[in-house]
Amino acid sequence: MAAVRTSSEIGFNRVAIVAVLLVTIIFLAPIYWIASTAFKPRNLATTIPPTVVFQPEISPFVKLFTKRSQLRNPASPEEYAAAPWWERVVFDGGEKIVRDGKGQVQWSGYPSRFMNSLIVAITSTVLAVGMGTFTAYGFSRFRVKGEADLLFFILSTRMLPPVVVAIPMFLMYRAVGLNDSHLGLIILYTAFNLSFSVWLMKGFMDEIPKEYEEAALVDGYTRMEAFFKIVLPEAATGIAATAVFCFITAWNEYAFALIMTSRRAQTAPPFIPSQIGSGLPDWTVIAAGTFLFLLPVAIFTFLLRNHLLRGMSFGAIRK
Amino acid sequence: MATTMITTLDRSSRAAARGLSDISIRNLFIIPTILFLIVFNIFPLIYSLGYSFTDFRASTSAAANFVGLQNYRDLLGDPYVWSNFAITAKYVIISVAGQLLVGFGVAMLLNRDIPLKGLLTTLLLLPMMLSMAVVGLFWKLLYDPSFGIINYALGLGTFEWLSDPKMALYAVALTDIWMWSPFVMLLSLAGLSAVPKHLYEAAAIDRAGPFYTFFRITLPLVAPILMIAVIFRTMEAFKTFDLAYILTSQPTAELISIRLYKMAFQEWQTGRSCALAYIVLIMVLAITNIYVKYLNKVKER
Repeated sequence: MAAVRTSSEIGFNRVAIVAVLLVTIIFLAPIYWIASTAFKPRNLATTIPPTVVFQPEISPFVKLFTKRSQLRNPASPEEYAAAPWWERVVFDGGEKIVRDGKGQVQWSGYPSRFMNSLIVAITSTVLAVGMGTFTAYGFSRFRVKGEADLLFFILSTRMLPPVVVAIPMFLMYRAVGLNDSHLGLIILYTAFNLSFSVWLMKGFMDEIPKEYEEAALVDGYTRMEAFFKIVLPEAATGIAATAVFCFITAWNEYAFALIMTSRRAQTAPPFIPSQIGSGLPDWTVIAAGTFLFLLPVAIFTFLLRNHLLRGMSFGAIRK
Repeated sequence: MATTMITTLDRSSRAAARGLSDISIRNLFIIPTILFLIVFNIFPLIYSLGYSFTDFRASTSAAANFVGLQNYRDLLGDPYVWSNFAITAKYVIISVAGQLLVGFGVAMLLNRDIPLKGLLTTLLLLPMMLSMAVVGLFWKLLYDPSFGIINYALGLGTFEWLSDPKMALYAVALTDIWMWSPFVMLLSLAGLSAVPKHLYEAAAIDRAGPFYTFFRITLPLVAPILMIAVIFRTMEAFKTFDLAYILTSQPTAELISIRLYKMAFQEWQTGRSCALAYIVLIMVLAITNIYVKYLNKVKER
């Protein structure tokens, strides 16, 4: 290949590299912008021309977690001096943190939504990946009547538009009192991720040589022992990758959460946009909430980078 | 062969002695999942099929009356619903075509020796991993007519992206293209890297031009994987709800999922929305069927 490389090819290569860098910058600009807005003072968030260089602040995050009200008059020097540092940054922005009668700081809606997101995403991931691993092994190792049809059935449940499933689920949940409950969302997300988990795990299971278990069976292991002691450790990477995908899907889900939850079990995706509310939104606080919400996904994307192709194509394309 | 015989014999005798037989393990592993999916996905659909033949409204306590096929007849004769389908079709075509062009284009650029290629690829893939609802939210900030950075960067003054009825659908599609081009890029890269190098070498020796090489070697070999990307994205774009719902409330950008949501949970026409849900469902299943058939065909090669 090197022998036939001409100077025009090398020139084109340079142009391509510059183009790739430009495309990367354009693609990342929106994410950079929301991340940088999360660290801006409020008055610099919506300026024209846009503020690029600024002194980063932590105040949007303090405001994100607390209830605040407008200050009519600036805080008195004593009040200001007595306040902890994180309260001063709120005073600096012309607001004060709401406290109850006992002086306890009042939390905003954000921390509980974030917790709900964690509870629902983690629990449904464990359930979906757990069940999915067993089922994938069953499909991978045993003869199943109508296997192709069953697998298609499993996949098709994942393809249903959320709103289509949500209408009857809403009615059924209302009848049994599962509306606005963690359990209700966990069931929905488990069902949604289960099909994905079966498909992806089946690919990973198919890659583990059958001979491993057969050797173990000859050595006197039962099928169950062989599954737990030989197959599961071999499948560990696949299980981890599947789990991260399921977590991200549940973490990001919006339509079910919007329809099924309102307050108690509400997750972050429907809550964050609702912060816009009426009047002038404080974009720094919205950006801070968005930043914290996107951070785990960004980290997971890096951990998953070698499995993205496989996961995004339901295990259809492997490298 | 001999070993298989031995293990089979050995296994069955052992299974009789202790542990479960293979068949009961298979059932134990597979049946709960199938049951779970039937109870939480199929049963609700049967439930809503029943409601689709009634005038039920979940906001009242009035009993549901059987109306036969009335809901289906009304929906299929409703120009408003047809316009929602037309908007959805337009949206699917614009966004999938855009993703195909951008995604495949960037993959072509990336398919060479580039310093930090792995890192750049991962960074480019980031948008598709994010929550659609949250992406919609922060693109609102970017699209803002007075202080959005898009208008500033492009010198568009106070151009209205989301509140202009003519522009709203394109703005949603543009955000979708930003978010999902990386998906097409990811699949294209896999396709491109699977093209055997010796074909290019042979073409170079034959002094084939770049256009000939692209249309006769690259494109035909990557086409099956591009097709997978297109069908998959078509299916997802058809179902789009979050992004469009958060970005704009323009009727000109009201996709069929949004119409369905409004009918069910804002107008509380439960019976009729169940019927519409079924019409949408049949369409999605048709696309899924094409997708799976195609996947199996590609796998066989």
